[in-house]
Amino acid sequence: MNSIHFEILGIGLLGPGLTDWASAAPLLREPDQWRSVPTVVPPPQRLPATERRRAGPVVKASIVVADQAVAAAGLDAAELATVFASSSGEPTNCHALCEALAAPDRMVSPTRFTNSVHNAPGGYWHIAVQSRQPSTSLAAYDASFGAGLLEAAALCATRQAPVLLVVCDVPYPAPLHAKRPLSDVFGVALVLGPGSGVSLALWGETAATSCAHAGFEAVRSSIPAARALPLLQALANGVPAVVHIEGMPGMGLRVELK
Amino acid sequence: MNPITPITPLAITQHTLVSALGHGRDATFAALLAGRTGLAPRHFETAAIDSWLGVVEGGEDIAWRDDLAAYDGRNNRLAELALRCDGFAAAVQQAARRWGGHRIGVFLGTSTSSILQTEVAYRHRDPVTGALPDSLHYGETHDTASVARYVRAALGLQGPACVVSTACSSSAKVYASAQRLIALGLIDAAVVGGVDSLCMTTLYGFKALELTSADICRPWDAQRGGLSIGEAAAFALLERDAAEPMGWLLGAGESSDGHHMSSPHPEGAGAVLAMRAALAQAGLQPQQVDYLNLHGTGTPGNDAAEDRAVGAVFGTTLPCSSTKGYTGHTLGAAGGVEASIALLALQHGLAPAGLNLRMQDPALHSHILREPLRQPLKVVASNSFGFGGSNACLVFGAVQ
Repeated sequence: MNSIHFEILGIGLLGPGLTDWASAAPLLREPDQWRSVPTVVPPPQRLPATERRRAGPVVKASIVVADQAVAAAGLDAAELATVFASSSGEPTNCHALCEALAAPDRMVSPTRFTNSVHNAPGGYWHIAVQSRQPSTSLAAYDASFGAGLLEAAALCATRQAPVLLVVCDVPYPAPLHAKRPLSDVFGVALVLGPGSGVSLALWGETAATSCAHAGFEAVRSSIPAARALPLLQALANGVPAVVHIEGMPGMGLRVELK
Repeated sequence: MNPITPITPLAITQHTLVSALGHGRDATFAALLAGRTGLAPRHFETAAIDSWLGVVEGGEDIAWRDDLAAYDGRNNRLAELALRCDGFAAAVQQAARRWGGHRIGVFLGTSTSSILQTEVAYRHRDPVTGALPDSLHYGETHDTASVARYVRAALGLQGPACVVSTACSSSAKVYASAQRLIALGLIDAAVVGGVDSLCMTTLYGFKALELTSADICRPWDAQRGGLSIGEAAAFALLERDAAEPMGWLLGAGESSDGHHMSSPHPEGAGAVLAMRAALAQAGLQPQQVDYLNLHGTGTPGNDAAEDRAVGAVFGTTLPCSSTKGYTGHTLGAAGGVEASIALLALQHGLAPAGLNLRMQDPALHSHILREPLRQPLKVVASNSFGFGGSNACLVFGAVQ
């Protein structure tokens, strides 16, 4: 079994009742202290005013968690290659485009069309931090966190340099919400660096690790980006652990924290 | 950042494509050799936007598997058409017997997936509740990852899979993702490529941005007025080693512009980095490249930025052309389509002419081929750039 090794240098987090890593880590350790309140996305200070006006919620939430993780890692954001992953991209924008295209005159806003690309969070981030480093944007339905982690770990191991991973999902409004019901906004960012504290391997034989706490498990199972929660709980506990992360059917990730 | 070091060349053991030029490699090569476009002034579905389109015929006619019925949508039908060309699916089955299906990844690019299915569903919402019809299978059609899940299931593979969606560089970047995982020993082979299909979002969206032309697209022409949109599916099979490869992936360079969401950096600064990174991975000097397939969309700004970037890396004597005049801009499939064209160029010793070029823009200095170049080619590079400032360059080598 080949595995990839890396360290986690910084963490950003935004979700129901979770506002950043420093305040979330104690709640992840002691879930009974956690309260399920809707996610609040603060305005991302990193974005210039014009971009902040144009950007949708998935861009804003992605940039907020990215900034948290980069600050925690103490690295220069412009130096980091990036991996962004999301199941649904920018749902409100997609709904508005579909409505406009169903109307007789089909008047599409050019800004909405530009923002419809799945790599909008990555594009806005690299503009904001003035970075020409490589960036990719992935989607893998419910396995989007796992796909992003695999890509980021491979990039980190290949380049032997830190990589920023950002995974974020935002629910669709009606009527698409009925077709793809995500429960709330969830964003997680990890700065991966060369090292040996974490090892990751493809692993098809074990089901994904769930959260023991029913409230966290409800979040984990209802938002693709929140498939990160068992790993985040293990990181908050800070003791050796093995976590299985959801991948495509029959092929997940085995992550070992040493 | 650490300097980029050369990679081990990666064998490409099969490839295929469907586009407006037809189904499979032979139809594509014949059109490239003859200088025949697949573009035509026409409507698509209910869209009448007064432009030339590159439409793939035949997707509606194929029989669909009952067990994958929910995946039935325009994008996955294009994917299925391509899987059936040039023995591609059979080659993947052979690779699966060699490596094991769980050791083969699926990494595909798309920008809009089968959003057409949702666009049509929005015209048929329940008048009282606003609900979408039951016939819409969002996850299997519209969802961005749909085509990777479909292809993985259709081929019976069990390895890792995802979609790369970085607009018009998507299906070039999948080559880099697959190369890394194979080099690290996590997988032994990968199905890569891209699929994008015509939909209202891109037809009306590019029109709203005033990037589509009413004329046929004319990359590098003094009078170029914008792009012509096309659709396509392209696949390649990458394997750790092979007795008889069809070509080699020598390098895959990636970069960002960090400049603007929908306009390239005017000097092509990010594009320069991607081309240089690809050459560094290939361990090649610029003068060792024999032909460059340009991104070349035919919009005034894109071609100008790319021309400067190409000049900075290669100078002005390298034979270049954009093949968007044949296929149209196939968006998330463009990188995969042009990778396949690069492999055809290497195999047949053909650098295709740039189509629809009447008079080269005097401000642009790249050496655009006016006639097909027939000579042995050892190294071919291909550029793909996208919204969000996403840049990729692939370098391919011939089988010696």
